[in-house]
Amino acid sequence: MRGLVATAIAVLTLAGTALASEQRPTLAELESEVICPTCQTTLDQSNSPIADRMRVFIRTRIEAGDTKGEIEDALVAEFGRAVLASPPKKGFDLLAWVLPFVALGLAAVALGALTWRWSRARAEEARALPAPETDAEFERRLDDELARFDL
Amino acid sequence: MARALKLTAQAVAVAAVAGLLVLLIWKIVEDDGGAASAVERGEQPLAPGFTLPRLDRLGELSLESLRGKVVVLNFWASWCGPCKKEAPLLEAAWQAWRDRGVVVVGVDAKDFTGDAKRFMRRYGVTYPNVHDGSGDLEEPYGLLAYPETFFVDRRGRIVEHVIGQIHERAEIDAGIRVAQGT
Repeated sequence: MRGLVATAIAVLTLAGTALASEQRPTLAELESEVICPTCQTTLDQSNSPIADRMRVFIRTRIEAGDTKGEIEDALVAEFGRAVLASPPKKGFDLLAWVLPFVALGLAAVALGALTWRWSRARAEEARALPAPETDAEFERRLDDELARFDL
Repeated sequence: MARALKLTAQAVAVAAVAGLLVLLIWKIVEDDGGAASAVERGEQPLAPGFTLPRLDRLGELSLESLRGKVVVLNFWASWCGPCKKEAPLLEAAWQAWRDRGVVVVGVDAKDFTGDAKRFMRRYGVTYPNVHDGSGDLEEPYGLLAYPETFFVDRRGRIVEHVIGQIHERAEIDAGIRVAQGT
């Protein structure tokens, strides 16, 4: 129960942060998510003329009250999709976010199935082994040895 | 059964690595430096085609629509210092040659549309200009930096190429004459 509550709190906190970031983006945040088209690094690592111009553009749009999505859309309209460091979480580009998790899930299922199959094969092999033959002389000697330790 | 599965997984992994290797080799082989490198080798490659939105008016401009004319194709950006110095020379060439089957076309790349239009007003640019915001033409043309200028003949082949700023009108006139003569 405690685990569920903690998870719910964590999810709500993250969702709240994401919503705040969407509504009130900061320049620093966008600088790390937008690519400078001439140097192919994020804006925060570039001091090229176009990177400076893009920073001014972003700052102006933030001051005008634009959301993060609106600013990103405006940049994409000018420079194309490659201006975003990560693909948008909508439409066809959503696949880029979802597919890695799908692949991980499939790999986990495949690994589980293989592990189960291998463990079952081992158990069957163990069952198939013939029972050890009893050796009367050995049994008698073992009993004698153990009897020596009986108090 | 387990052995067969293991072998299959190994085969898939090897195939994936081999596929990536083939892609890498293909990319290296395909990357021939674009049209600029071909011109440097003495070839006259076909100018890579494009259809892009215009900056000087509404609508689009395609390079193919200019076939039959000599085209002076100038790649520039408003943030590029040397572009500011050569823009008046290109405008002068446009005014001098426009009635003789020559078109000067500017390709503004990796730039804000608004900045490009301000640049054109400020430097009195009236020749046709298009916007390549994503810089998609960089690779097929093999651009190294801005500005660069290509001279395209009437058949659509690049016959001359200037890397960097054009310093004199005579450079443009010479390129146009070469393009007219082929």
